[in-house]
Amino acid sequence: MSGDTLFALLPNAGSLPWGDVPEWPAAEFVRRTAAELDRGARLCSWFGVPEDSGLGVRLVAIVAFDADNTLAVGRSLPVSGSVPSLTVLHPQAHLFEREVWEQHQLTPEGHPWLKPVRASAGEAPANGEFFRVDGGEVHEVAVGPVHAGIIEPGHFRFQCAGEEVIHLEIALGYQHRGIERALAGGPHRLTERQIETIAGDTTVAHATAYATVLESLAQGEAPLRAQWLRAIGLELERLANHTGDLGALAGDAAFLPTSAACGKLRGDFLNLTAALCGNRFGRGLVRPFAIGPDVDDALVARMMGNLTRALDDVEQAIAWLWDAALVRGRFENVGTVHRAQAEEIGMVGPAARACGLVRDVRYDHPAGWHRFAQAPVAVWPGGDVFARARVRSLEIQRSGDFLREQLGVPPEREATGGAPPLEGDTLAVALVEGWRGEVCHVAITNASGAFRRYKVTDPSFHNWPGLALALRGNAISDFPICNKSFSLSYCGFDL
Amino acid sequence: MMIVLSFVARLAWWLLLAPLLPGIINKVKAWVAGRRGPPVLQLYYDLARLWRKQVVMSTLASPAFIVGPAVAWAAVLGATLLVPLGPAAGATLSFRGDVVLMLYLLALARFATTWAAMETGSAFEGMGAAREVTYAVLAEAAMIAAMLTLAVQTGSVSLATMLAPSVGTSAVLLAAGLFTVLLVENCRVPFDDPATHLELTMIHEVMVLDHSGPPFAAILHGASMKLLLFAVLVTQSVLPMGTYSRTMASIVLLVGVLIVTVGVGIVESFMARFAFRRVPLLLTTSVLLCVFALLVAWQGAA
Repeated sequence: MSGDTLFALLPNAGSLPWGDVPEWPAAEFVRRTAAELDRGARLCSWFGVPEDSGLGVRLVAIVAFDADNTLAVGRSLPVSGSVPSLTVLHPQAHLFEREVWEQHQLTPEGHPWLKPVRASAGEAPANGEFFRVDGGEVHEVAVGPVHAGIIEPGHFRFQCAGEEVIHLEIALGYQHRGIERALAGGPHRLTERQIETIAGDTTVAHATAYATVLESLAQGEAPLRAQWLRAIGLELERLANHTGDLGALAGDAAFLPTSAACGKLRGDFLNLTAALCGNRFGRGLVRPFAIGPDVDDALVARMMGNLTRALDDVEQAIAWLWDAALVRGRFENVGTVHRAQAEEIGMVGPAARACGLVRDVRYDHPAGWHRFAQAPVAVWPGGDVFARARVRSLEIQRSGDFLREQLGVPPEREATGGAPPLEGDTLAVALVEGWRGEVCHVAITNASGAFRRYKVTDPSFHNWPGLALALRGNAISDFPICNKSFSLSYCGFDL
Repeated sequence: MMIVLSFVARLAWWLLLAPLLPGIINKVKAWVAGRRGPPVLQLYYDLARLWRKQVVMSTLASPAFIVGPAVAWAAVLGATLLVPLGPAAGATLSFRGDVVLMLYLLALARFATTWAAMETGSAFEGMGAAREVTYAVLAEAAMIAAMLTLAVQTGSVSLATMLAPSVGTSAVLLAAGLFTVLLVENCRVPFDDPATHLELTMIHEVMVLDHSGPPFAAILHGASMKLLLFAVLVTQSVLPMGTYSRTMASIVLLVGVLIVTVGVGIVESFMARFAFRRVPLLLTTSVLLCVFALLVAWQGAA
């Protein structure tokens, strides 16, 4: 499929000179990207790179041919004003085009729903007009940005007929911190810390993607020991979050046994991460070029014991959840996203796998330690809350097996040099399968090797529209369990 | 003098004992989950805190926003005064047909809360009010069938006489039916989740989201009195209270209320919530249970 593409091919964690990226006039570039997507590629990232001269913006597309285990990249010639919209042909570009319009004032002609993504207007995000449904029985429910629980801020606008949701529109941006702006010109002294805070619950995945991009820009690779450690940290992060969310999902159905047990067990997995690097969320675990924290055999043995205990307990707690008929009644046939919809809007991660799509970066685009060791991809058909919960419980088992296998075989420690300089005028891409799905980092350096553009795409960016679709035709009272089954990041989206 | 003393003692039972029940339920839930949980007296602390707080009012709301909780609280208190505390102690106020007044006072309380909720003009409150009223239609049917059972059994329409003997064979049916009504009337799992913070899934809680300060304290206190009222009703409907001595009856009543309360806690610990569309199914079941109890009582009487 990817054989006859005119885009430049590159592997995950690969780089190529910026000048070697094929370029076309903007309108043709949009058409060519649409053609790539037509033949089965998936849009990983789509962004603008302002020209140094200040004259126009180049569009860049990173697409993935999952079946061929390869990525492809293309770009447009500098353009300003407007380009034809890609969204009309491929809805997965919808948010990306809005983002480009917001960041570079480049209007996608014909875009069906052009409004800001996260830019602020005064004190709050510029939400613009919401979609409205008219009718005597129709009423509008606005939830957030301030919620009753301790969760992140986001605004949800429901159009309902009685209890049934006809349409849901989600407006985010309340956590916009200007991460991408801060990263440009880098790497700075703070960059590693800033990357770790893109989404605090996905620290290891984002930090790994950043380190991989940097190493790729320096034409190098991390020591094997560091790659091993990153893979361990990544799976621990997955375990902690999947466990916590399954507990929260049970909590939203008012099913206390699993909710109480998983709340505690999430802490056990976080403590395992803390045993590795001193921080429960994995901060400091991943550093570019560095070998990472010291892990001796005694620690590995202790971790293995704690891990096995926690995994046994999680299995029990989740078994209670599947055994409760009332809970299954709440989860089955609720919040369904059909496979075709998931494909059309480019969903990733467990939410996509719960629609029967085999999409897993660890398997499709292995890099780092995943070139040597892999966990089977967990897929479940159905696309409902039950399927999403099921995929996550399967991933708990498989991540557990992976960890038990890999913890026992640490590679030798090897001497590492310092950080080599980054190549100038180069583009590097790194995909990492975080617990929510594909984390995509793209860096383009200038002549002196500093970041000219650093683009971060959190999996939530792909999946929020999925939640909106999942709610259609469902009861508004089921929104919390739908929301929790996706468990998307606000700050990862808002950047 | 004795009359005054007994009146004060009754008021104390209803007003002071009631906030203990939610505390016990929460303690049971915490205990089952292996947590320490909030103190048993937490609701008392909450009420004291709320009482000292200011009232925040929406600019849209009319005074009904404040009047609603007050009327609801007074109506529930009025209903409690009609409920006997054991056959010997009797009720504060007892007359032929007081059971009908009790039912209507509870309905008035619901109307007042719903009215105050609609005053805010918020989509949340409107949604909650719609749900509350929808489920009340079925819950009230079950409640009326249960009271009819007692009336047929005893040939009386005064609570003091109705609640004295056991209903005999239909006691099990009635206990199940009334316990379900207790759960739905007091917004407990599996109908509602008092512990949730998710506005979109709430029934009762979402109606009172905008209330604050003393009116909110009145709502919480009224809710706990209603729970106590139902616990007392369930206990007395199924146990032969008339056959016990005065002290024994008081002890049985206390233990019965405690068992019902712990029962609510245990149900909440092990049951998940129903989806909204399934709630009417369970409620219809409780109506049927009470109707069957009525049939059994009727056949027994004939």
